[in-house]
Amino acid sequence: MASAEVYPASEPARWKHLDRVRTRPGPYTNTDTFDGSIVAENMEQMKILVIGAGGLGCEILKDLALSGFKNIHVIDMDTIDISNLNRQFLFRKADVGKYKAEVAAAFVERRVKGVKITPHNCKIQDFDEDFYMQFQLVVCGLDSIEARRWINATLVNMVDEEVEDSYKPLIDGGTEGFKGQARVIFPTITSCIECQLDMHAPRAAVPLCTLASIPRQPEHCIEWAHVIAWDQEKPFPKLDKDDPEHISWLYQKALARAQEFNISGVTYSLTQGVVKNIIPAIAATNSVIAAACCNEAFKIASNCAPFLGFPDNNYMMYSGNDSIYTYTFKHEKKDDCPVCGNLARELVVDPEWTLRELVESFATRPDAQLKKPSIRAEGKTLYMQSPASLEEQTRPNLDKTLTELGLSNGEEIGVTDPAFATVSFKFKLKFKQS
Amino acid sequence: MTEIVMSQTPPILHGPSEKERKYDRQLRLWAASGQAALESANILLLNSGSGTVGIETLKNLVLPGIGRFAIYDDEVVDEADLGVNFFLDEGYLGEPRSQCLTELLLELNPEVQGAWYPRVGDAITLEKLLATSPTFTVIMYTHPIRPEYVALLEGYGRQHKTPLVAIHSAGFYSYFRIHLPGAFPIVDTHPDETATTDLRLLSPWPELSEFAEKMTRDIDNLDNHDHGHLPYVVILLHYLEKWKAAHGGAYPSTYKEKTEFRQMVQNAARTDNPEGGEENFEEAVAAVLKTVVPPTLPSGLREVFEYKRTDPNEHRSGFWIIADAIKEFYEKHQCLPLRGSVPDMKAQSKVYVQLQNIYKTKARQDATEVLRTAQAMAPDRHIDPAEVELFCKNAAFVKLINATGGESNARDRLRTVVEQELANDENAEAMMMPLSLVGIYLALQATSYHVDTSAINEHEIMAEVDKIFPGALNESENLAKAAQEVARAEGGELHNIAALTGGMVAQEMIKIITKQYIPIDNTCIFDGINSRCQVLRL
Repeated sequence: MASAEVYPASEPARWKHLDRVRTRPGPYTNTDTFDGSIVAENMEQMKILVIGAGGLGCEILKDLALSGFKNIHVIDMDTIDISNLNRQFLFRKADVGKYKAEVAAAFVERRVKGVKITPHNCKIQDFDEDFYMQFQLVVCGLDSIEARRWINATLVNMVDEEVEDSYKPLIDGGTEGFKGQARVIFPTITSCIECQLDMHAPRAAVPLCTLASIPRQPEHCIEWAHVIAWDQEKPFPKLDKDDPEHISWLYQKALARAQEFNISGVTYSLTQGVVKNIIPAIAATNSVIAAACCNEAFKIASNCAPFLGFPDNNYMMYSGNDSIYTYTFKHEKKDDCPVCGNLARELVVDPEWTLRELVESFATRPDAQLKKPSIRAEGKTLYMQSPASLEEQTRPNLDKTLTELGLSNGEEIGVTDPAFATVSFKFKLKFKQS
Repeated sequence: MTEIVMSQTPPILHGPSEKERKYDRQLRLWAASGQAALESANILLLNSGSGTVGIETLKNLVLPGIGRFAIYDDEVVDEADLGVNFFLDEGYLGEPRSQCLTELLLELNPEVQGAWYPRVGDAITLEKLLATSPTFTVIMYTHPIRPEYVALLEGYGRQHKTPLVAIHSAGFYSYFRIHLPGAFPIVDTHPDETATTDLRLLSPWPELSEFAEKMTRDIDNLDNHDHGHLPYVVILLHYLEKWKAAHGGAYPSTYKEKTEFRQMVQNAARTDNPEGGEENFEEAVAAVLKTVVPPTLPSGLREVFEYKRTDPNEHRSGFWIIADAIKEFYEKHQCLPLRGSVPDMKAQSKVYVQLQNIYKTKARQDATEVLRTAQAMAPDRHIDPAEVELFCKNAAFVKLINATGGESNARDRLRTVVEQELANDENAEAMMMPLSLVGIYLALQATSYHVDTSAINEHEIMAEVDKIFPGALNESENLAKAAQEVARAEGGELHNIAALTGGMVAQEMIKIITKQYIPIDNTCIFDGINSRCQVLRL
């Protein structure tokens, strides 16, 4: 396809409302960077990537298509489930089981003439830097922190100071119930998703001994069924959290255990919620957050008004539980950010910890959240999760204390995790005074 | 034989119904009761202007399954509509906009009913529609709009006690304003879990004291396992008794006393055990400042207690009768009915369940007392025990919106608010506070009724603002900039701002219809240039 796209004669009439704003400066427009005569053409030529075609993704695709973007790609590996239909408005009951990216792209292309949307039914990790290099903007509507961290690290790594095109602004949205947030990241220039990781602390895990011997809450009984009973009884070869039969099995187990301990409140719905870590989601909140993200994308692409990221604010928190409250602020970049900073982050440890305790602590530290960390110190490998031979070789270290391993106060260690292959997290050990 | 085996299988293997699966993610927010309220709602949208924000709102209400909606829209679909509104397409060019919008919205959820007006050839006027339709639950209208429509809708709202929502989205700005027909109380406010802990440590009732006393009678001789599994409620009750004994019967009340008390609990933890500390004592230490507090009357409930009823219907409503009964309870006991929940804490399962039952039993007793009082107050009316129970459980979080109501002095109130906001702006920088968005409201309002297609320039907008609020423009550069920004849009919407505002309005509609969570009181202004909003009571 050559660049000589022919648009219907009605184009200017169709984009009348949009053009009034994007082709003319307003009182806040930075006239040094704004040129109204080329905005429409520039935006048409931009390639913009949407990650996620779920609750936020459906909204984002609609919003971008009606913001003047013409060339959009969307990545999502998921297929449509019936529980999506209360908010993912591009899908119908007949679409259940089909790929989200494909159905969403086709729907928006049909509805908004002249926009091209290319779906990718796969994981973001299936693509390399060359693929991401073709886009000028990335908008994320994801429910997984891990995927956000991966794309963030990838975009930060891609930055080459000499090449202006290597800076890809990342706009990220997230929702939970009536709450949400929208943020803009200019890789290496402003605070990145890894800098902000501790704002999304993982829920504290229930200690295993509580599950095993002193359950008190319905959730404890469900986790027991999920973590302990399932492993012991293996009722099906592999747990499929979307299979009602599997969830029913867990529910029955949890219910029986709850009755044994006189605990009330185990229901099918709660079982499903705990096992799948379901986050409540509604169309209204997705609408707010996706549009907040796309509004920033529109301003960045057109320069017709100031956008988040420069000079100050880069983060908008939204809460609709009690009245409506937004807090728009500047999240500061961190020098010791493992992804975009260059300093090692201080890590307070007890020198009498075993290496195993150190390894496990990375999963729950709000600013690390690494599930399968491999650890190196200067000149030596302490523990490697893979390959199997190295794991076996380094496994004995797990039961040694940090002192026994010869680690000293102030020493730097490097931590890697297969989920973020490109990132090496640098930590500086600080021994607890005992 | 087979039958006997079958009947032994638990009956609940079927899992959720198809509808429960479809609505699963929202039922976790507003439960079956909220869903039932949505499904019986009947919404009218009077769609006007470039016509997107109201439709984005409706989209977010059709998806979760409101009962029915009607769209009244005088326009026919033109090219510019297709560039801003997602629920239109080329096939409808020249057709009634309301028809296209209704048909494409209905595709989203087969369980919802929708109707469109005016019909070609059978020109149902707005007046006739209002007179003949089943009562509307909430009415929305979008600016700019013909003033006679607003007058009709306001008349309907007064007559039927229907909430009205006015929405205006233009360029990067928007606001919406909710007119409630009177004071609007909410019981099911969904407070944050962490805010709800009410353990009554400073006013324990006999059963609770006894339970704690029994467990700690021989506290120093408990083995490490039992000592390490005392629930923190019991630990705190025990050391509070000790504190009282050493302080002439007084509880720790000042911050200094509480930190001393906290130290006392800290010192009582065993450290010579294999773990080198005790989790339950750590929990107790962490809970001191939050839970060692005397009962108070929260401001939301105080407002309910002090509210002067003017509407005769209020005297007959379940809410106000129960509120009176709770007020009496409070005056008698100097505390609210107990919520009855116990946060999770380290403890043996059996002990924790016992503790839960002690709190639950007390909560039930309190609720029963309130129910009896309410019945005595309104002997001719049935009082729903479930309503009493919910009210008692949430008493500390009950909220009254629009308590002062009244439209008569709207202009004066606006003037007061604007003056206040402009005064605040003078100190905003020093206080590190963002500037007021009231200027956006004024600039948009100046174009609220500008329905013809001619452009309205910033000078005309400023002249309008000057009529509403003489002199304001001279005082505020921001206001002048807001007027320029509004002029730039020439009344047209940006899809993003319409979608964002439609999301906010839909949240508010859901809160009003389900009477859950807390709606705004009463105007929300959004600034898409700085990506933030402000709620003002205008």
